[in-house]
Amino acid sequence: MARRLLLEFEKPLVDLEEQIDQIRQLARDSEVDVNQQLQQLETLAARRREEIFGSLTPAQKIQVARHPQRPSCLDFVQLLSEEWIELHGDRRGSDDKALVAGLGRLGSRPVLFLGHQKGRDTKENVARNFGMASPGGYRKALRLMQHADRFGLPIIAFIDTPGAYAGRQAEELGQGEAIAVNLRDMFALSVPVIATVIGEGGSGGALGIGVADRLLMFEHSVYTVASPEACASILWRDAAKASEAAEALRITSRDLLQLGVVDRVIDEPSGGNHWAPVKAADVLRQALEETLQELLSLDSETLRRQRYEKYRRIGHLLEDGGG
Amino acid sequence: MGRFLPDAVSLLDWFADRRKSAPAVRPIQDTEEGDGLWSKCPTCSQVVYRKDLLANASVCAGCGHHHRIDSQERLRLILDPGSFVPMDEHLAPGDPLAFRDRRAYSDRLRDSQRQTGLRDAVVCGQGRIDGLPLAIGVMEFRFMGGSMGSVVGEKLTRLIEAATASGWPVLIVCASGGARMQEGMLSLMQMAKISAALERHRQARLLYLPLLTHPTTGGVTASFAMLGDLILAEPKALIGFAGRRVIEQTLREKLPDDFQTAEYLLDHGFVDVIVPRPKLRETLASLLRLHGVQPQPEAVATP
Ligand SMILES: [Zn+2]
Repeated sequence: MARRLLLEFEKPLVDLEEQIDQIRQLARDSEVDVNQQLQQLETLAARRREEIFGSLTPAQKIQVARHPQRPSCLDFVQLLSEEWIELHGDRRGSDDKALVAGLGRLGSRPVLFLGHQKGRDTKENVARNFGMASPGGYRKALRLMQHADRFGLPIIAFIDTPGAYAGRQAEELGQGEAIAVNLRDMFALSVPVIATVIGEGGSGGALGIGVADRLLMFEHSVYTVASPEACASILWRDAAKASEAAEALRITSRDLLQLGVVDRVIDEPSGGNHWAPVKAADVLRQALEETLQELLSLDSETLRRQRYEKYRRIGHLLEDGGG
Repeated sequence: MGRFLPDAVSLLDWFADRRKSAPAVRPIQDTEEGDGLWSKCPTCSQVVYRKDLLANASVCAGCGHHHRIDSQERLRLILDPGSFVPMDEHLAPGDPLAFRDRRAYSDRLRDSQRQTGLRDAVVCGQGRIDGLPLAIGVMEFRFMGGSMGSVVGEKLTRLIEAATASGWPVLIVCASGGARMQEGMLSLMQMAKISAALERHRQARLLYLPLLTHPTTGGVTASFAMLGDLILAEPKALIGFAGRRVIEQTLREKLPDDFQTAEYLLDHGFVDVIVPRPKLRETLASLLRLHGVQPQPEAVATP
């Protein structure tokens, strides 16, 4: 694999890999049989990777979720679908590059893909506005979801954003209104909607394309009501407490499955999606196809009713407040 | 900065230092201004007799400043006397994440409950304006900055569902810093839940009016506040999605002074009408009549 950004906790793994490479090199230069040593080291490396990634803290998961080489929305679209026609524009004067949408296929079935799009490097990120969508992005998404609805195309959404863009123009163009209308109108869609948190789900900006019949989430993805950094500076009055906030906010896939927010957690390849993007896409395809199959068996009225009931149930309260 | 600055609220810290503490005017005296009989306007510094201020819907006669009022006073100003029938008063918040920052969420809740006499940050029920029936929800900013957690989401959803079932219009008086972080993602999902209920209410061709009061921000703006068939706002109310400070940090640019005020949103097309509080009741009555809402003779059905 090409040079990649290393996370602090991945370093032991890289040390092991370097050892393995060195031994391979040695073996090539001499006639010594090192197969047994190699196998041992590889087993060890695999086990270490399992250990490390099996016990990531929420703060570490955020790093994995934000990893620049973590497969993005367009990476997955490319890996899932041979056919892909990207579609542009909100028909109100803008085309947001931070939120992409287009037609493709899941298996043999035509679908609408859409999602937040981050960049890999600074230049791409500037073009993509770091995956922070503007009102025009949410309006484009809704326009195409309603198009999909008219033509009976299921909707496959990928969530990967630090949050909706906070800027002067975004406010002037009605960031709140754009998201709000999506939340409401996604409940009126008659086609199956599956959303998957592939990286980070940042608050309302994520939910703006995330009202779905099924919400899937990759194992190391995170989904937050407010970024742990913002939460720490508001509640702890100290931005340095972000990892404590990350812990307290319950942002991991397992937490959210338990809270009833997420319907299914998708296992990642050992070491996270950025270690094996193709394998990650295979697992994703299987999860999406299974989920879609299940949803396609429902008539549209049942689908809408169940979507309503799914969200209707979410929350925690005491029916009798006493007194 | 007074105790009305919520320390547990998203995106609100910045405007609090901008608009130095505007304490709520309440029928029950507090001691903000010495003996409690007099009140000093934070905008024009005029000192007025509290009784006079209350008689003018808590709007400064000198400069038109709209003092913050609590949910009780709001209901009194809007509804026909004695017409309010509360709903779901018994719903109380839990602590699903066992959340603790500098303080435990459960302690913050207890403080807010003691201070407001409410179980959470919204009061809901059925009432009448000039004999016209409606479902009404009033957010209570004094309760943890009007933040929206599971109880706010559930009560508003039940309110809207009841209105849909009975064919009532809905009025929600918004005052909130957004989603309540202490309930994590459960709070965020309330945005979707309430929006879903509004979708059904809309399908039934019933009227929904949000009234945006100071302040309406974050997840409330990005859901039911902006979903009105018609959107009303109070003069000078702060209304926005992202916080001013956050935007200034990203932009490194000074924002206009009136950025995110009701007037600014009106200019940009996101508010239908700004209603001064003394005109609120009659404006609402007109709107209800213009949309064909029929008077309801006495005997209100208890939900
Ligand atoms: Zn004044």
